[in-house]
Amino acid sequence: MEMIRASELVYEYEQRDDEGNVVGMNRALDEIELDVRPGQFVVILGHNGSGKSTLAKHMNAILVPTGGTMWVNGRDTKDPRELMNVRQSAGMVFQNPDNQIIGTVVEEDVGFGPENLGVPTEEIWRRVEDGLRAVGMIEYRAHSPNKLSGGQKQRVAIAGVIAMEPECIVLDEPTAMLDPDGRKEVLRTVQELRKRKNVTVILITHYMEEAIDADAIYVMEGGRVVMQGTPREIFGRVDELKRYRLDVPQVTMLAEELRRRGLDIPRGILRREELVEAICRLS
Amino acid sequence: MIREITIGQYYPADSFIHRLDPRVKIVCTLLFLISLFIQNSLLGYLIATVFLAFVIHASKVPFKFIIKGLKAIILLLMFTVVMNLFLTKDGAVLVRFWIFQITEGGLKLSVFMAVRLIYLIIGSSLMTLTTTPNALTDGIESLLRPLNKFRVPVHEVAMIMSIALRFIPILLEETDKIMKAQIARGADLESGNILQRTKAMVPVLVPLFVSAFRRANDLALAMEARCYFGGEGRTKMKPLLYRRQDYLAYAFVAAYVVVAFVVGRFVPFHIWIF
Repeated sequence: MEMIRASELVYEYEQRDDEGNVVGMNRALDEIELDVRPGQFVVILGHNGSGKSTLAKHMNAILVPTGGTMWVNGRDTKDPRELMNVRQSAGMVFQNPDNQIIGTVVEEDVGFGPENLGVPTEEIWRRVEDGLRAVGMIEYRAHSPNKLSGGQKQRVAIAGVIAMEPECIVLDEPTAMLDPDGRKEVLRTVQELRKRKNVTVILITHYMEEAIDADAIYVMEGGRVVMQGTPREIFGRVDELKRYRLDVPQVTMLAEELRRRGLDIPRGILRREELVEAICRLS
Repeated sequence: MIREITIGQYYPADSFIHRLDPRVKIVCTLLFLISLFIQNSLLGYLIATVFLAFVIHASKVPFKFIIKGLKAIILLLMFTVVMNLFLTKDGAVLVRFWIFQITEGGLKLSVFMAVRLIYLIIGSSLMTLTTTPNALTDGIESLLRPLNKFRVPVHEVAMIMSIALRFIPILLEETDKIMKAQIARGADLESGNILQRTKAMVPVLVPLFVSAFRRANDLALAMEARCYFGGEGRTKMKPLLYRRQDYLAYAFVAAYVVVAFVVGRFVPFHIWIF
């Protein structure tokens, strides 16, 4: 069974003028087909306004499709009785680290999700500890979130999601507001989580480098999925990516340029070592 | 200036008072405030003084820190003292000059009123100094729970309070940022009279409000995403539980209130006019 599946998913909203009259329909998502299997690491790439965040909000039933269906862990997100289960199955981490921390103390914030689920007190404490350990923030448990760095705040937010014990974590541009150090820190945490907890991870981003380790990549543009495949397949199509205003990693770009100048280098080089190897093999 | 006000500030320390259940502290503070108003005699105030001194000592909060909280009410204090002193006409006249006169009753009332106000502030700031804002909201929520029957959204109000507490430092920081941004654009926030300065705050307040609403929207989404559906069916990570020390504190304060009331009301003990 798929962890997350979308079929002919459409999301439309009314476009209004200044007086509030409906002047037309805006199609934010158009016939999306998506299949994410348990344990997979899926990256959804797209430029601003491509609809990727709207899609993310569907996975948590914050938005429900106006057409087609979205299933999370086999549950239809349109069914209001399944709302709690859907949100528990697919935890969500948002972009702004400040605006998603509710507690005034780190551990209390991590406990917020389990509290909402009605988990007994001792079990909450166990989960909070487990969550904070998983993101390496256990020594900050009694701190105020205001004194943490952006990357640390995002790790706390991730711990808050883990404490709800979801099967799947959706990260909606978790690194967009962080400095390079914070970005690395958050990505490393996500990778470790994947290894240790074997959760499904869906990462929404516009940084191509974050997609290198993905099992599958979806590229979105104008509310549609325009490209789909493994990193190697996607990164091999440099021109197409550029058309969707996505920055290809430098190594991939360099390899592509060299290939075009007639060197025998394979398509879709993702890492520096691969390029070095390919060049060494040339002579 | 904001930093000078100690009312509502938490003073971290490890003391008996700090460890008490927040409900105990709220109820006892209320009892203490009531005890100040149900008697009006020298002996009663002496007992209150001893009680307060004992609690301050037990709380390990430096006396200087508590006194700082009084700065905020100095104007109010002087106003009440002066008004009571000159406007009460009761008993023999002590001093008379021009159109003013001070009577025995006036002097007594103004002194007692001043003591009452000072103790009132010290008592309530002791509560906030020894209780974290979070524990305080938890305590208020738990104490007001009976109001749920009258459809007062107690849980929601407590949630709003604790979120407000969390966002105060963030919004302060943001205000600072916006002010600097506007100053960099040539805004003059510091010169001119009060009216001009108030006007100059508009370009600071408007973006602050816009960003506060945006934050509120984001936060609401984040809370929903974490399965928040209101207070029903929620469990607590840190439930409030009465322990032995809490019952002891209740008994102690109740005893104080009874003694202060009985002694203050019925034991005749006077020095001069007081």
